Formats: sequence, structure tokens, C-alpha cells
Amino acid sequence: MTAPHAPVSVSPEEARIAGKPRLRRFRQASWDEKLIFELGSPGERGVLVPTADPSIGKPTIPDALRRTDPPALPEMSQQQVLRHYLRLSQENLGADLNIDVGQGTCTMKYSPKVNDQFVRDLRIAALHPLQDEDTVQGVLGIIHSLEQLLKEISGMDRVSLQPGAGSAAIYTNVAMIRAYFTARGELEQRDEVITTIFSHPSNAACAKTAGFKVITLHPDADGYPDIEALKAAVGPRTAALLITNPEDTGIYNPRIEEFVRIVHEAGGLCSYDQANANGILGITRARDAGFDLCHFNLHKTFSTPHACGGPAAGACAVTEELAPYLPRPTVEFDPETGVYRLDDERPESVGKMRPFYGVVPNLVRAYAWIMSLGAEGLRAAAETAVLNNNYLLHKVRQIPGVSVPYAAGRPRVEQVRYSWEKLHQDTGLHSEDIGLRAADFGTHYWTSHHPYVVPEPMTLEPTESYTRADLDEYAAILAEIAREAYEDPETVRTAPHRSTIHRVRPEALDDPAVWAVSWRAYRRKVLGEAGRP
Amino acid sequence: MTRIGLVVNPVAGLGGRVGLGGTDGPDRARVALSLGACPLAGARAAAALGELAARTGESARDGLLVVTAAGPLGADSVAAAGLAGRVVYAAGTGRDTSAADTAAAVRAVVAEGIDLLVFAGGDGTARDVLGALGDAPCPVLGVPTGVKMHSAVFAVSPRAAGEVAAAWLARTGGVRLRDAEVMDRDEDALGEGRVTSRLFGWLPVPDVPVRVQQRKTGSTATAPDAVGGIAAEVAERVGDGLLVLGPGSTTRAVAAALGADVSLTGVDALALRPGRPPRVVARDVGEEALLALGPAWIALSPIGGQGFLLGRGNQQISPRVLRAAGGREHLLVLCTEAKLAALGGRPLLLDTGDDALDAELSGHLPVITGRRRTSLYRLAM
Repeated sequence: MTAPHAPVSVSPEEARIAGKPRLRRFRQASWDEKLIFELGSPGERGVLVPTADPSIGKPTIPDALRRTDPPALPEMSQQQVLRHYLRLSQENLGADLNIDVGQGTCTMKYSPKVNDQFVRDLRIAALHPLQDEDTVQGVLGIIHSLEQLLKEISGMDRVSLQPGAGSAAIYTNVAMIRAYFTARGELEQRDEVITTIFSHPSNAACAKTAGFKVITLHPDADGYPDIEALKAAVGPRTAALLITNPEDTGIYNPRIEEFVRIVHEAGGLCSYDQANANGILGITRARDAGFDLCHFNLHKTFSTPHACGGPAAGACAVTEELAPYLPRPTVEFDPETGVYRLDDERPESVGKMRPFYGVVPNLVRAYAWIMSLGAEGLRAAAETAVLNNNYLLHKVRQIPGVSVPYAAGRPRVEQVRYSWEKLHQDTGLHSEDIGLRAADFGTHYWTSHHPYVVPEPMTLEPTESYTRADLDEYAAILAEIAREAYEDPETVRTAPHRSTIHRVRPEALDDPAVWAVSWRAYRRKVLGEAGRP
Repeated sequence: MTRIGLVVNPVAGLGGRVGLGGTDGPDRARVALSLGACPLAGARAAAALGELAARTGESARDGLLVVTAAGPLGADSVAAAGLAGRVVYAAGTGRDTSAADTAAAVRAVVAEGIDLLVFAGGDGTARDVLGALGDAPCPVLGVPTGVKMHSAVFAVSPRAAGEVAAAWLARTGGVRLRDAEVMDRDEDALGEGRVTSRLFGWLPVPDVPVRVQQRKTGSTATAPDAVGGIAAEVAERVGDGLLVLGPGSTTRAVAAALGADVSLTGVDALALRPGRPPRVVARDVGEEALLALGPAWIALSPIGGQGFLLGRGNQQISPRVLRAAGGREHLLVLCTEAKLAALGGRPLLLDTGDDALDAELSGHLPVITGRRRTSLYRLAM
């Protein structure tokens, strides 16, 4: 193994003269931090939990559900906890410290900190989902207002914020399509859903989960979804078209209205996956292209935290015709009394997609983000995202070893799926190697690009969050790594060199016999201690 | 002790730089050398071994033995890479090496018992290896040193070959074997003025998938999953009926998933019966035998990368057979989504020799990519 590559570092003045962005002298903190379960000592304590006010009465948890032993939590002071997590945060490439345009299709734009202040407000933080409606009027008002905003943004007639994000929202839309055809007695006949290979793969997965057969369209010779294939695919069996536009390659389908018309003429519905709406906010609307349903990912487009098993939120928007099938409860407003209420009595509803009425903290963040920008601001955000993306495209395209598959020479919307195939053929290095080397420059490069059909893929989605200088720096880092790949591939192959942790064995992540997702599993599988399975 | 075999075709790729194309046959090699060509296969093989050595831990390296042939057929490369070697075959001195040497060296090396056979050469060398290994191939990996290389048995570069070999020998990173096509230029077609390649068979090759794919945990459907889905879909469509299977790694894997062992490169027929294992009713048969079977479904998979569906390596499924089957309606095209996408929008190709039939089959056809999953894909002449 060769010595770690020395970071290139020039002064800002030199950089200005050279016209080249500075490559940061980055080195990740290494704290040799123990797991929190190994910290603390018996008897130590951070907070004194007050006993409940006697007026609240005794808790009514059944005996069968009560613990017999106290939970095995680490005992430690508040400051120790704070230190522990601050240290851990320095051993990560957190979004607040790096340029993470390489997250791939999972947009990670900047979420304004002030929006988190709203969420920490006790009126939101202490909310309980089982509270009476008359005690949550303010929250229901926010949800109702957010629905109105999303109606405006999509052009649709009704919105539900009850489903979770991404796949949960897409599944909700598929469930509504199924309910619609069931009500019309056509479900047995209409058992096919059409999608495209570069639509978000959740479309195909959700359609199959809901019992439909899936027909996938590939790009035509120009790289756009093949309209001739669509014509050959539609027929009396067509239930719906589920399509992302722009697709995950960043390519916008310029014939989307024709796609919708062809499917409608065959009697099918059209559902617009707007996972990639960040570049079209205030510019195009699902309804204007003729769609019957659409969804948004509040966690991406509207600047709330990403899912990854966490509390992300989705929004389903439909035409009046499909409104009866929306999940329940819906939030209703009586303008005469000024009262909001939850409507659970919806006989044609597809039911609950998750408990209660939505992920309130993220609905509040999304609401705050939209309200702070206004209509003009949303459009400016979209335009900036598109400009940023095409600026980065222009720079990355010039890096040796990179290609931009499909729709050659055309601009993209807000992301691009690049390919390092040439660099891989020339050097044997993989996209992942480049990503791990990028960590040495303090930047994030994970990249998610389902389906994995573009060889050695790299999906960059800069969003509106990044400045021109950020994008210059990111492109310069990629260019530097490409140069290294050709001149000194060993440095790239053995990266990262300046991270806390060297390479993770990927196979362990796929092996249930090895992975440890809890302290108990760690003790059993890694330390070899006997214990409850 | 880990043993790998190494056989180098020292003349492979000689013609490339001097504009001769391939170097099939001793005359071509001599001409190339007279034109100033430099042998490069040995150095590329050494680079692959060097990469393998660099990626193998010290103790493992001590236990690594390269079984090979003398001089430029392998031993020179082993020495250049600084690895321990054992010579088990020597070509006669003072003469040009030939395809017969490759085959003899492969047989001698394999007879020693090896974990992986590494060969350096081009498509012609791959064919020689295929022929020498016969029906019981050991895991093989090609170091690309030829001129054309249509075969899928090669790593993308010598260093990548070393990387894949190291991963296979260490059994890390989820490496598994995949049947890869051995292709070569079709000399018969070339005589008729057409440049095409022909399928000669398959060799088991360690497949190191793009590592990014593995890193995204629990999400990407792996090829074996897709094959199982395709098999289930085929079984449902055929029901209680006869299924003719063209050659191809996908069709073979589908047959295996259905519980049938079919021939390596031939056309076979299975009688499918719901709820019971299929019965092989014809094995490696020609056109007449297929016609004698009566009405059947025909399952085909395209050649990876090229996209040929009919007319390459499956001529037994002739225009008469296709017409007897009922054309499009009874044609089942089987392909994984990734293999389709790798065509980059190019159509699946038809060359049955019957233009009218090719025209009839042309256009968009559902390609079975999984259980209840199809891709609508274009077939063209």
C-alpha cells in the first residue's frame, strides 16, 4: 500500500489566481469513543424523573405488559451523554459539515434551522396523537393549510398528509387506483400497471405489492421513455401508468402529456411520482399534464429530514373523482364554526396507511418552509436547483472517465445519473472506490441509483442549497480523484485514509448472522456472550 | 494450499497494434511479428498476477501456488510477478506455440487440481480453453489480451482480473460463479461478407458485481432472485404444455429453477406439468426433432451485450419451427432487467434467415423479467 496521498492545499489567494477551487485539508476526528453502553457507572444519573402528579392517577398499564426488571440503560451524567454524541457527530460526514450532493436520488437539501425551533415548541413536541380534536385545533389547522398549499402546487383537488413518505405514499396511490377500479367493477380486467425503467423503483414495487402485474418501458434510442413501447403496452388490461418525471436519470419526458393521453384513452389512470419535484416546483403541475394522482416527498422536496427508517412524511394529491378513496382520517374544516375535525367515517377510503393523522413534526417543517418562501420563492428554489445541476453537469462532464448516459447532450432537471464505466475499464476502480476517496476530502458520496442498470453509477443532485463555490469544490474533488485514479490508483483503491473508520466490510451488512443492530445483538454476535436470542 | 492455473497465449493480441485484427493461426502471428508487433500477453498476465499478489495477505501468499506451462505460456509471467510456480507442461522448443499448446497446457494444469484457471488471451484462446475443459469446466477467468474479445469471460482489465481472482480465492465479497458466454467471430459469416460473432458455449466465471450494488443493503434484487421469478412466470404461462428452451445462461438457469437439467449449448424441450417437476423430452436436438414435438412454447434469452435473440447459436429454432409454434404468440423472451438495460436502448436482434418472419416478429414484445413483471422491448431485424 502506498502512503496516503498528501492533500493538495493552496491559499485562497493562490486558488483565486489559479482559478481553481481549494481542496480542503480534511482529517476526520477520531475519538476512540466507546459505545454508550460501555460508558457510565451504576448509580450515576443525568436527570431526576419527577413522580407523576397524584391528580393524574395511577397509570393503567396492564400487569402483563409491565417489565419485571428495570431496563438495562447506561447510567451516566447529562454532560457525558452530550460529549458522547458530539464526538460521534464528528466521526461522521454529517450534512451540516460537508457538501453532500452525492447522496444520489435521496435529495438532502439544507433544512433551515429555524424550522426545527418550531418543532421543538412544546405545543408540537408534547402533542399526543390521542388528544381530543378540540385540543389540537392549531395542528389540524396547520395540516389543513399545508394541504391547501400542496393543492395549489400540484393543481389537484384533494390532498392527504396521512401516509408516510416515498413508498408509503406511492402505495397509497396504487391502493386508491385499485379501489377506484374495484368500485367500477373493472379490477379483474385491469390488472396491469405500466412504469418506466428509470422511474423511482418504488412504483413497480408498490404496484406489485398491490397485486398488479408490472410492465416496464425502456428508453428509446434518444434516451427518453419509449412512447412506441407505451402504445404497445396499453390496452383493456391497463389499470394505470406510474411514472416519475423527471426520471431518476434527471431526464424530463417532454411528451408526458401524450403519455397521459394514451393511457387515458385506454381507460387507465395516471399517477405522477414526484419524488423529483424539486426542480419543477412552481414550473409544472401534475394536474396540468392531465394526471389523476400524484405524491410529494415532504422529506426531500420540502426540506424535512429524510426517511431512512425515520419519521418522513408524504403527501398524496388526487382529483375530485378519486377523493373518496383517500386514506382516513381526513382533516375537515367547517368555515362557519371555524372548527377542524378528523373524519374517520369514509366508507370508500383505502383505510389507514399509518397510525393517526400524519408525521406532525415534518408537516410543520414543510409548512414553515413553504410559508417562508412563498410562491415566488418555491419557483426560485426550483430554478436554482436546475441551474446548480446543469452547472455541475457542465463541470463533471469534463472529467476524464465520466460519461452521461442517455439523451446525449441534453440538459437535465435537478439530478444526473453519471457513469464511471470508462474509468472502471481503464483503471479497474469502482464508483464506490471514488466515493470512499471523496470522504478523504470531507465530502459525502454515497449515491443511491436504483435500478442498478447504469454501469458504475454516480448520481449527483445538488439542489438549491449549494453555492457556486461549493459546486466548484465538489467538481474539483471529483476531478482530483479521477486524476489519481489514472496516475496513482492505489491511493484511491485503499481509501479512505483520513477517516475515523477504514472500509466497512460490505458483506457483513448483508449477513444477519453478523450484523448487530442492538447492544444485546452486539454482545451476543460480536463479543460472543450467551444471552437471550 | 491454494492453487491457481495460468495459461498464457503469447501471441494473443499481436495483430492489434499493427492493424491485423486477430492473430488466429500461426501465420498471422509471424506476419505480425515481422511488422514489428510486440508480445504483450505475458506482461498483462504478470500484471494480473501482481494485482492478485498485492491483494492476498502475506500468509495466504505463501500458500499460493501457480500451476502453469513453461516459458511464455505462463512461467515467465509467474516469475515476473514473483509468485511460486510449478511447470506441468512445456511446448517443444524452437517452434511457434499453437492452439494445441493452449489446450494441452490447460489439460495438464487442470489435472493438478486447481481453484481457478486464469488464462491470458482473446476470444480464440477462450474457445481453446472451452474445448480443452469439455463438459466439466473449472472456474475460469480471462485476462484480456486479445484484439476483439466478444466473450464475457474476461475481466475488464488485467488488474481487474487480479482483483476478481483474489476475491474468488478468498471467497469474500459475495463472489459467486456465473456462466459467461464464449464468443468468437463467425468465420463462416465473414466468408459471406458479414461480420458477426457466434456463441460457442459457457464457462463458469467468478462474478464480482459492482460493489456499490452490494453496499446498498437489502434492496437490490439479485440475479438469482430474478431468475426464480422468471421461472415461476414461465411455468404459469406454459401451464400443462411443452416448452422449447433455446441456449443461453438465462434459459439454463430458468430450467434449473424449474428443476430440470438441460444441455449446455443445445436446444432442449421440457414437458411442464403444474405441481410436478418438468420432464426433459428432448435434449440438444435439431430442427427436425423440434418440428416432430408438435405445438410448443419457445423460450429464448438474448446474448448479453449483443442483443441477438434469434439466428446466433440457436439456428435449430428455425423459421419453420417458429412458424409451427405460432410465431409471436408463443415466443417467451426471458431476460433480466439489468441485461436489457445494458443494451442501452439497442433492440433485440433477429436474423432467422427468413426476412418475412423477422419482419413479423419485429416490434415491441413483452420480455419476461420476473414474476408478473415484463418489459416491453423492441425486436428488430
